[in-house]
Amino acid sequence: MSAVAGIYKWELVKLRAQKRTYLGVGAAMLVPIIFVTVLAVKGHGGPNEIPLGRYIRETGLATPFVVLFFMSFWAFPLITALVAGDIVSSETHNGTLKTILTRSRDRGQIFAGKVLAAFTYTVAVVLAMAVVGTVAGTIEWGWKPLVSLSGTEVSAGHGLGLLAASLGVYVLPLAGIAAFGVLLSTVTQNSAASVVGTLMFALLMQLLDVVPGTESIRPYLLSVQFSAWHGFLRVPTDWTPVIRAFWVCALYAALPLVAAYLVFLRRDVAGE
Amino acid sequence: MSDAPPVAARALVKRYGRIVAVDHVDLNVERGDVFGYLGPNGAGKTTSLRMLLGLIRPTEGEARLFGRDPIADGAKALDGVAGFVEGPRFYPYLSGRKNLRLLADLDGNGAKGRINEVLELVELTDRAGDKVGGYSHGMRQRLGIAASLLRAPRLLLLDEPTTGLDPAGMRDMRALVKRLASEGITIMLSSHLLVEVEELCNRVAIIRSGRIVYEGTLVDLKATSAGGYRLRTRDPERARAVCVAQAGISDVQVEEDDLRFSADEDAVAALSLALGHAGIAITALVPESATLEELFLELTEGDEPGAVAEVAAA
Repeated sequence: MSAVAGIYKWELVKLRAQKRTYLGVGAAMLVPIIFVTVLAVKGHGGPNEIPLGRYIRETGLATPFVVLFFMSFWAFPLITALVAGDIVSSETHNGTLKTILTRSRDRGQIFAGKVLAAFTYTVAVVLAMAVVGTVAGTIEWGWKPLVSLSGTEVSAGHGLGLLAASLGVYVLPLAGIAAFGVLLSTVTQNSAASVVGTLMFALLMQLLDVVPGTESIRPYLLSVQFSAWHGFLRVPTDWTPVIRAFWVCALYAALPLVAAYLVFLRRDVAGE
Repeated sequence: MSDAPPVAARALVKRYGRIVAVDHVDLNVERGDVFGYLGPNGAGKTTSLRMLLGLIRPTEGEARLFGRDPIADGAKALDGVAGFVEGPRFYPYLSGRKNLRLLADLDGNGAKGRINEVLELVELTDRAGDKVGGYSHGMRQRLGIAASLLRAPRLLLLDEPTTGLDPAGMRDMRALVKRLASEGITIMLSSHLLVEVEELCNRVAIIRSGRIVYEGTLVDLKATSAGGYRLRTRDPERARAVCVAQAGISDVQVEEDDLRFSADEDAVAALSLALGHAGIAITALVPESATLEELFLELTEGDEPGAVAEVAAA
């Protein structure tokens, strides 16, 4: 385990040293600022048709929840794909994969370190958005109690706890997308193809969610799991979507990861 | 296991579809060797080295490093082994020192404590804090050697270590290789530079179109062309007649004022006496052997892909 921890640490160092990393984090932090600024300038109204949208001006705590909804369509999938789709293929492209594979660590350990780093990045960008969203929203609309999806009032402190729990379940479908990105990155060895392919995969899930005739599979689509956090905002807590998100996302993450792991173990590292 | 040779490859084959990049290659590198792996570009040198390092899987055959299989044994097979293929590659956005720290962490085994020492050895201490993206080709090559030495290797596999270097860089790199060899490190280096191999290596394998056409010592390789002589006399016409009539003299050819022929030493001794008896004054009678370059071109060019030279007895 310590070997994987060492590799994971250096994967994070590599991410921190690349400008591309900050593009995603920056975008995730910018979106809630723009959102709050636009509403502040507008002075009234809000996105009433989406969960917690009607309460956006009643507490800053509503801001990150509302932005979670907007960013689930393509922003977070794209930011996730930017790193996950690149994490193996960039090393192939730069020729550094052969550098690290000729040291004293097994391929499986290298792979595990990379997957953990990709997941960490995804969690970090969601967290960055939530922190900035909460701060920006609170500056504009104050630190006040939140109204739950069941219409009951929740204290600000409790609301913050619900936000943390919601983020915890929100990153699960992103982990599924990241896993798919890692698979494409491993198989195609091409960063652009992997990033675009991963985004297309996320968009395909959303498409299946809206086309007629897919009603029976909709609860098991990755995109639907982005709404699982609604369960925490109900009184009493509705665990059904949360539990389903866990096992559905675990499947969406595990299958590509197992496939990518097997490919990574056996693949020829040739050329640049 | 401890007595196992540094490199032992048996019938290594690598196919890419219908293309055979490496075709039943046998390689034997013994302890203390500076082993040259010679061949034209595209002959299969790098593919062979990739298989030795476990980067690609052989289609057939097996490779062993100190008795361990890099495919089956994974990173354990690289214990005591270091090197690079197709030039060393590093993270351009990290400094040279940070790249080495990363690799030392992947190595363990006290590698971190050797960073300053290896940087000093390759004379990169002053630039260690700069990002590798700003390094020259020569500096990257030297950093590659430093990264290899972090592992305190018993075997170094170097793929064309002087390629792309200026003359001074090549000289320094060769001096470094000599120094490492003198410290007891077994070295296998691929090259298409004959001068380099002749200067550094005691044994060579020559690969052509994926097949080994010679494996042995350079001395033995050169000996394969021995037996040629050049004769210059005051009377070339009569000297030619004496040569043709003399037993054991063959392939007599006239080249301007000189005669060239093949013979063993006894026949040459008898010829010199015969020329004396005939009253022909000899001004030069010298053995001539092909240069390494001529031998290399002979082995690596021409129509026949070539079977393994039987001269590889050593």
